[in-house]
Amino acid sequence: MMGTGQEHTVKAFDQDIKQLRALISQMGGLAEQALHDAMKALQRGDTSLADQVRGKDKAIDAIESEVEKLVVRLIALRAPMADDLREVIAALKIAAVIERIGDYAKNVAKRVPLIHTEGEDRIEALSLLPSMAQMASDMVHDALDAFASRDAAGAARVCQRDSALDDFYDSIFRTLVTFMVENPRTVSQVAHLLFVAKNIERIGDHATNVAEMVYFAATGRYLADEAAAA
Amino acid sequence: MTDTPHKMSARGVNVFYGNKQAVKDVSIDIDMDKVTAFIGPSGCGKSTFLRTLNRMNDTISSARVTGDITLDGEDIYSSAMDVVQLRARVGMVFQKPNPFPKSIYENVAYGPRIHGLAPSRAELDAIVERSLRRAGLWEEVKDRLQDSGTALSGGQQQRLCIARAIAVDPEVILMDEPASALDPIATAKIEELIHELRGRYAIAIVTHNMQQAARVSQRTAFFHLGTLVEYGDTDQIFTTPHEERTKDYITGRYG
Repeated sequence: MMGTGQEHTVKAFDQDIKQLRALISQMGGLAEQALHDAMKALQRGDTSLADQVRGKDKAIDAIESEVEKLVVRLIALRAPMADDLREVIAALKIAAVIERIGDYAKNVAKRVPLIHTEGEDRIEALSLLPSMAQMASDMVHDALDAFASRDAAGAARVCQRDSALDDFYDSIFRTLVTFMVENPRTVSQVAHLLFVAKNIERIGDHATNVAEMVYFAATGRYLADEAAAA
Repeated sequence: MTDTPHKMSARGVNVFYGNKQAVKDVSIDIDMDKVTAFIGPSGCGKSTFLRTLNRMNDTISSARVTGDITLDGEDIYSSAMDVVQLRARVGMVFQKPNPFPKSIYENVAYGPRIHGLAPSRAELDAIVERSLRRAGLWEEVKDRLQDSGTALSGGQQQRLCIARAIAVDPEVILMDEPASALDPIATAKIEELIHELRGRYAIAIVTHNMQQAARVSQRTAFFHLGTLVEYGDTDQIFTTPHEERTKDYITGRYG
C-alpha cells in the first residue's frame, strides 16, 4: 500500500493531491458513462443519444488538460517525492488513457447511424456486444477504484481479467464473420460492429494500462517485472 | 556495488556526548566516485556522524566515539594516526563560510605552506591558482588575490573555503550544509562544483535541503534519532524508499 495515510506537514499539498484524485475520478466517471450510453444508443438505434455521447467527449478532454495543468503546477511548486511523485506521474498518464477510452466510446457512438440504417435486417450478433462492453467498463471502473484507494492487489486483479476480454473479442469476431457470410446484405453494418468490438477490446487494454500504473504508483514496482519473476 | 575498495568505511559507529548517545551503530561506506548525502531532521546525528570521519568530535571534550572508521583500510582512531595529517587528507567545509581574515591568496596558501607542500613561491602560486580554478573562483578573483577573503560575497567565500580545503590535496571532502547560508545562484554554483569535484575526491555532504541531496549525490543516507534508517542509491531513496520513515521524511509527512 502506498502512503501511511498520514497528512503532509504542508496541508496545501494534501489539497492538491485530493483535487488531482477528484479530477481523475470525475474523468473516469464520464468515460464509463460515455461507453455505457454509446452501447445503449447502439442497442436501441438511438442516434440522438449517440450524438450526445459525441458532444460530451469535449468535457473529458477538458478535464484531461486540467489534470495536466495541475500536475505541472504540483511538480513545480511541491516537488513531490517517492509515492507522491509516482502518484502524480501516474495520474498524468492515467488521464491520457481515460481520454483515449472516451475517444473509443465516441467512436462507437459515431457508428450507430451507420449500423442502424433504413430498412435494416435485425442483426442478432448485436446482442453479444453489451455484455462485452460491460466487462470492459467494469475493468475501467475497478482500475480507477484501485487508483482512488491505492489498492495494488486490486490493480493486479484488473490486469488478470484482460485475457478473458480478449477471448470474448475473439469469439465475437468469429460470430460476426460467420454472420456476414450467412447474411451478405449486412456486411457493411457488421463490419462496423467488428470495429465496435475492437474498440471495446482496446478499452480493456487501456484499463489494464491504468491498473499497471496504479500498481506502480502504489508499490514502486512494475507488475510486468513481478509477473516475469514469478 | 563495485569491487573497488571503499575510500572510507564506518562500522558500528556510536557517538556519545556525555551520557547521551547521538549516533547509534552506524555503518556506511564513502566511495571515491560517488557523492554521499546525509539527510534527516535536525538532531538526527548526521552532522555528528560526518564529524567522526575526520575526528572533528575530538575537539568536544564530552564526545566519545566507538566503532571502526577506516580511511583506505587504516583505522583513523588508532593511536598511530596523526590527526593533523588526517584532517589534511579528509578536509571539511562548513555551513557558514569561514575564511581567515587574510588575503584571498593567503587563505588558500596557508594549508599547503604549513603542510610543507610547496617548497617554492612559484609552486605555491601554482597550487593557489589550481585550487581556485577547481573551486570555480579563479576567474572572479585572479586580479585581486591580495584583497581580504572576507570582502567576498557569501557564495564566493564558500568557494574560497572549498579552494582552501582542496589546496592541501585531500582525498575526502566533508561538507556540512555547504550551501544553506547561500542564495539560489550561489547554491547552484556550489552544487555544480560538487559535480566537478566528484571522482577527484570522495565527497560526503550533510544537507537539510532534500532537493539538493537529490541533485548532487549518488548515494543517500537517511538518519533519524541517531540511527541510519536507510542507505541506498539516491534515485532509489527518492523514488522508492524501502523504509516508511524515509518515505514520510522525504515526502514531507514527517512528524
